[in-house]
Amino acid sequence: MSGTMQSRENVALEIRGLRIDVAESGADIVDEVDLTIRRGEVLGLVGESGSGKTTIGLAVLGHARRGVAIHGGTVRIGDRDLNGLDAKELRSVRGKLVSYVPQDPGTALNPALRIGKQIMEVLETHGFGANQAEREARVVEVLSEVMLPGVPEFLRRYPHQLSGGQQQRVGLAMAFACRPAVIVLDEPTTGLDVSTQTHVLQTIRDLAARHGVAALYVTHDLAVVATLADQVAVMYAGRVVEQGSTADIFANPAHPYTRYLVAAAPEMDGDRQMVGLVGRAPSPGKRPVGCAFALRCELATEECVAEFPAVTDVGTDRPHQVRCVHAFGVPDRTALRVASTARVARESEVALSIRHVDAGYSGTNVVHDVSFDIQRGECVALVGESGSGKSTLSRSIGGLHREWTGEIVLDGTPLEKSSRNRPVAQRLSIQYVFQNPYSSLHPRRPVAESIARPLAIAGVDAREAAIEVDRMLERVSLGSAYGSRYPDQLSGGERQRVAIARALVSKPHMLICDEVTSALDVLVQAAIIELLVDLQRDLGLAMLFVTHNLPLVRSIAQRVAVMSDGKIVELGDTAQTLQHPQEEYTKRLLADTPVIPTFSND
Amino acid sequence: MSAEKPAGVWRSSLRLWRTRIGIALVLLLVGVAIVGPWVAKFSPSEFAGTPNTRHVPGTWLGTDYLGQDVVSRFLHGGRSILWMASVSTLLGFVFGAAIGLVAAYNRGRLDDVLMRGMDILLAFPQLLLALVALTTIGPEPWLIITIVAFTTMPRIARITRGATVPVVERDFIGAAEALGESRFRIITKELLPNVTGPLLVEANLRLTYSIATIAGLGFLGFATEVNAADWGQMVQENRTALTVAPWGTLLPAFAIALLTVGTGLIADGVSRTVAGVDRGRPDA
Repeated sequence: MSGTMQSRENVALEIRGLRIDVAESGADIVDEVDLTIRRGEVLGLVGESGSGKTTIGLAVLGHARRGVAIHGGTVRIGDRDLNGLDAKELRSVRGKLVSYVPQDPGTALNPALRIGKQIMEVLETHGFGANQAEREARVVEVLSEVMLPGVPEFLRRYPHQLSGGQQQRVGLAMAFACRPAVIVLDEPTTGLDVSTQTHVLQTIRDLAARHGVAALYVTHDLAVVATLADQVAVMYAGRVVEQGSTADIFANPAHPYTRYLVAAAPEMDGDRQMVGLVGRAPSPGKRPVGCAFALRCELATEECVAEFPAVTDVGTDRPHQVRCVHAFGVPDRTALRVASTARVARESEVALSIRHVDAGYSGTNVVHDVSFDIQRGECVALVGESGSGKSTLSRSIGGLHREWTGEIVLDGTPLEKSSRNRPVAQRLSIQYVFQNPYSSLHPRRPVAESIARPLAIAGVDAREAAIEVDRMLERVSLGSAYGSRYPDQLSGGERQRVAIARALVSKPHMLICDEVTSALDVLVQAAIIELLVDLQRDLGLAMLFVTHNLPLVRSIAQRVAVMSDGKIVELGDTAQTLQHPQEEYTKRLLADTPVIPTFSND
Repeated sequence: MSAEKPAGVWRSSLRLWRTRIGIALVLLLVGVAIVGPWVAKFSPSEFAGTPNTRHVPGTWLGTDYLGQDVVSRFLHGGRSILWMASVSTLLGFVFGAAIGLVAAYNRGRLDDVLMRGMDILLAFPQLLLALVALTTIGPEPWLIITIVAFTTMPRIARITRGATVPVVERDFIGAAEALGESRFRIITKELLPNVTGPLLVEANLRLTYSIATIAGLGFLGFATEVNAADWGQMVQENRTALTVAPWGTLLPAFAIALLTVGTGLIADGVSRTVAGVDRGRPDA
């Protein structure tokens, strides 16, 4: 590898030939992983869920989850190979030489310990500093490094007294406390709002650069990687398929999978539709001998299936490694993107009208005097940060939340507050698709039965319903054979397709999509958005698309309503609003949203 | 998670040896109770020889305090305890599960009223309540069943409610509500199938306790008939002769012990499956 030929002086973390197995079956979770991170550098490890990226992150700490075994290879930090250490030696290394920032700070911090004590524990465990006074000074210092006040009042707080962003900063402070050489960050900003995320990312970048720490940043979010990382490694089915500088990966991806990934990322300013890809990566134990992506790749030849392609360096002046025999073969997928918003003709008939709606919980209002209309055949995106009231509003429209006042009119008829009081026809003409496809389907019922329920309620007889269910399964690109399966057997994207089929089977006029792609990987997300755009156009649906993901809005909605603190602060044409926001809040939200920057092609 | 049709908790728990042994024990004793009366050599109250004698010709394990055949009385004595324990547990289970499901789904006032009611019932010590009722009204089978069912119910209700609350929060319940499914259908078709695991564990556990309680009542002299063949009562009648004719006490005591161990093992197997303790280790 050319990476090793360069000066090894600054290398902080070096992984060679790492293989991690399912202990019982010996099936590979990850294999042949080579990664190098230099001091002060951030390596973004991207891949979809199940690709093995978190497993690698943990292996850097010498840890394998229960039932998983590190089978071979080296994980070298400085001059120590972590794979050769016993449990006691590993304990002394973790937190000192290499540390970890987990995904959810809320569960990672001990709720019974004060912040100061919690950071102090890390220092005491590793005998940092000569005495207590030095350690106390270090606590204050590391807090200021992560931009938290090191004052006694703050040190005496408990984790629950902090915001999500502050909790994650405490997590960072604990990780950086002993000045480790390597830090592993496992999607540390996933649960945070965009503005908080931006600040936390900035802090990570600064700390890594200033203290010469090598950071392994594990994520599925391409935009985050594009703004944060110096190097990017792309994982697919347990292998690193492409690796190079961030600019190379985004401007000139070589592996077909990377090309699909980049094309699937939502774009804020291009007036283009994102391109998805159906299918899923094979799981451990079911992986083929050759390239695992061959099954989904348009270029796949016999060569690809015969054996896993070797590493080739396609970089010109800096290393850019890819494991594909057809590197650069896939045409630039972004060119396939077509103008999206113009595709749906807007009709001028109002489908849903929201007038002076206030909503809240036991007397506390979280939605204040909201009014807007949705036309037939139009998609309005409702965007806002968590706590803005967007979910409460959409649940009120769907009849799932009862505590609201004002008027919501569907097709000229005012709606009752609770779905139970609404007539059958009305209930069926507003449908709701939930955020989490893992919880929105009855786990012990074949999916065809779930999809058939709305029809049964409408009084359609069973035989006709079965035909309609099959038709709907075809329509969401699953095929009628899926009807007899249980949610357990489906991937997240497939489940969401089932949920969409269930929502559309009763031919509703109004579809509410509540963060429907936030639990999905980027390729799957793009495919779901494609499907929704298609369905909306073909069926003339009015749609309310609730999301916190601003770039996504561009691909689906004609108009966007920006919500903050329970009020609609800005409502207008999508392109217009995203390019020329009028309100301060919208401007700030847009500025904080990470986007994939344009990398020059050289 | 299994890749095939999701196996029910019950079916997956059958892969554990503890469940299999438990079932074998329970089947053995249920078999004894059902078949016993037909194969018994003597009727339960027939005189077979000198009382409290270890070796009596024509008997296997000797005679009891009235000179009746121990084995024959043992073979006759399983039915009453088994049917009373099963019926009372079933009744307690049905009412308890219904109350728990309704409370968990409705929340609010109804939840408070129902669950505080259950708390009040829980406050009565089971055995004491049974003793008071049985001495006042007399040792009737229906009374024993009612009391055991009544004291089983609140425990089942609490477990059911606890297991149901997180299911109510899941989106497929919201989806059913948005479609306007009836409350009854949501409770029976959407909620119930998703809490069967913990309910199965609790039902088995309660069955174990019911058997012990009813045997205990028999031992305390509250058998439904004087000199009826009943395992609990047999232990009480013959315990004074334990040293000379031990089988009169030991045989029914073993039977009760094996039965409760059996139901207990089943409960344990099911609960391990529910908790996923043995996930991926089919032969634990």
